[in-house]
Amino acid sequence: MLLQQLINGLTLGSVYALIALGYTMVYGIIELINFAHGEIYMLGAYMGIITFGLLTTLHLTSPTSGATLLIMMVMAMLFCSACGVTIERLAYRPLRGASRLSPLISALGVSIFLQNFVMLAQGPRDRGFPHLFAGEGIDLFGSRISAIQIFIMATSVLMMVALQLLVHRTKIGKAMRATAQDMQMASLVGIDVDRVISATFLIGSALAGVAGVMVGMYYGLINFFIGYIAGIKAFTAAVLGGIGNIPGAMLGGLLLGLIEALGAGYISSEYKDVFAFAILVVVLIFRPSGLLGKDISRRV
Amino acid sequence: MPTPRRSIAIIQRPFPRIVLTSLWFGLLSLPLMMELQAPFFGLGRPLLVSAGVAVASLLRLAVSQRGGPGAERFQRLMGAIGGAGRDLVGQMNRRVLYVVALASAVVIPLGLNRYHIDILTQVGIYVTLALGLNIVVGLAGLLDLGYVAFYAVGAYTYGLLSTRVGLSFWEVLPLGGLLAAIFGVLLGIPVLRLRGDYLAIVTLGFGEMIRITLNNWDSVTRGPNGILGIARPKMLGFTFSTPIQYYYLILAIVLLTIFVVDRLNRSRIGRAWTAMRDDEVAAEAMGINLMRTKLLAFGLGATWAGFAGVFFAGKMTFISPESFTFFESVIIVCMVVLGGMGSVLGVILGASMLVILPEMMRQFALYRMLIFGGAMVVMMVLRPQGLIASSRRGIALGPKDRQGSASAAVTSFR
Repeated sequence: MLLQQLINGLTLGSVYALIALGYTMVYGIIELINFAHGEIYMLGAYMGIITFGLLTTLHLTSPTSGATLLIMMVMAMLFCSACGVTIERLAYRPLRGASRLSPLISALGVSIFLQNFVMLAQGPRDRGFPHLFAGEGIDLFGSRISAIQIFIMATSVLMMVALQLLVHRTKIGKAMRATAQDMQMASLVGIDVDRVISATFLIGSALAGVAGVMVGMYYGLINFFIGYIAGIKAFTAAVLGGIGNIPGAMLGGLLLGLIEALGAGYISSEYKDVFAFAILVVVLIFRPSGLLGKDISRRV
Repeated sequence: MPTPRRSIAIIQRPFPRIVLTSLWFGLLSLPLMMELQAPFFGLGRPLLVSAGVAVASLLRLAVSQRGGPGAERFQRLMGAIGGAGRDLVGQMNRRVLYVVALASAVVIPLGLNRYHIDILTQVGIYVTLALGLNIVVGLAGLLDLGYVAFYAVGAYTYGLLSTRVGLSFWEVLPLGGLLAAIFGVLLGIPVLRLRGDYLAIVTLGFGEMIRITLNNWDSVTRGPNGILGIARPKMLGFTFSTPIQYYYLILAIVLLTIFVVDRLNRSRIGRAWTAMRDDEVAAEAMGINLMRTKLLAFGLGATWAGFAGVFFAGKMTFISPESFTFFESVIIVCMVVLGGMGSVLGVILGASMLVILPEMMRQFALYRMLIFGGAMVVMMVLRPQGLIASSRRGIALGPKDRQGSASAAVTSFR
């Protein structure tokens, strides 16, 4: 029972972590809570279904092949990246330098727009996600890890390792870190800040897109409203770990998933969201900048 | 801005750029809008999106061709209108203006039908809420994304005390405000040390916690079924029942709110709030007790949500957790920001717009929220400081804005 809850929690948590990364990266660079990020995740899930539909209509695939899954995820990543970059260009870039709340309202507007756009274009009803996993999973001390859980956790870890390498080993990663530290100084030393910000949105959105496809497969159903709750959860995870901090988002996501699974399993499934938020408040009382966040000294 | 490379230089020219932009949006909407079973795979709709984007870009180009980018021109125009409006208000006798506004608020609804009066009552509820939140967000600069929780506290206070204890509306009204204020302070205490966006998520979480609790605590709140049969307000043996009676009741509450919030704004506490908003460290150095000031903002802000909640329960005679979602909090924040943070007039305008516009768009039914979301973005991009920027805030802005609002600053301090 405990082990089973831990496995479920880690699965959910790794998805939260993937979405939280997008929040935290954007926040780290332009200090914006990108409320539309949850919607990007939702778009990713839809793109998965749409790609699958396209592939089957064109008779290009058998529904259980691994290649189908790969194509679905790549398409979702491409589509979400394109959307993320476009949203930044359209709704956030003109507001750079305005008061902090203006881009936030703009982000909420984008979120409402995308939700309703998808509702109108794809219909308000739940859509079934194709079952692509025939695997049996593994028995582990009487608990069961299903194939899809293994897949979700492995993919998330892979993505996070790739992101770490990108941020710490590449030129664009270096530029991102510099921009996050001080945008003005970064632009003075010749970094094209606009491009770095676009790259940040691109990467964050791609991660959310992958998360969308994986959650769609895990639960089997998606609708136009899934971005809302996932967005709030992922944002909570990002803050829990210390917003702006990449390893923090990963840790926060995993912790939140575990807390939820254990709370739902042992206390009450109806109150699991209350539980998650309560933990967040307690953590923030003792560590106001999150678990891994640095205590930022205020510039006067 | 680095010089564009030769290969992308062509994109910088207006017409290729517009063509590419519209194709890009067509491409983005393609996967969501196409239908494989439809004739031509339903490609018409993405093409329509492309065409729409092209028209919009052409319009924007046409505006920006004559002097400066379009957005800036629009800004200047809006600024001029705002300034002229303020000058006009400043020159007219303020008392006369208030009397005219009040008289029209009293008289005009007499000639309207029930549906329109109901909308005006709705406006009243949201003006009260937005003015309350304005204390927290606009004046004190604390981003609260769970404000609807206090609204819920007010509504459930009346709902429960009316159906279980049998207290009357007028007994509960102050109680609801008080209880909401207590909740506000309770929320305020743990978040005193938090800054900016950490505060946002904790308040959001608080709002969700209240809603989830209301939804699941069946023995007390009857869960998602809500509370039925809440008593209507009575006064001197007369029971409020028609829309117009409720309208006058909320009008009275709104007037009280405007009066108190305006006085607070000009008081010592109000100045402490704005000082804290602009720079916490400097404010503390000037001897402002940050803890006390923040808690006062949370408490006094929540009070109005409590009043609005009690009224809401009394009017609807039925409440359920569904009325108190995160979306409501978002809408109230939008009212404050769209109208112009810190400005009482702006917030009233913002609240009225965000209630009335969606009602007017009812004929577009399905597309209503789509347009609403898009309009929020466009509005913010064109006018980030809100419809009517607070005059006190205007003084702190850069030299370009200073000219526009200098006269306004004079009038507001007269």
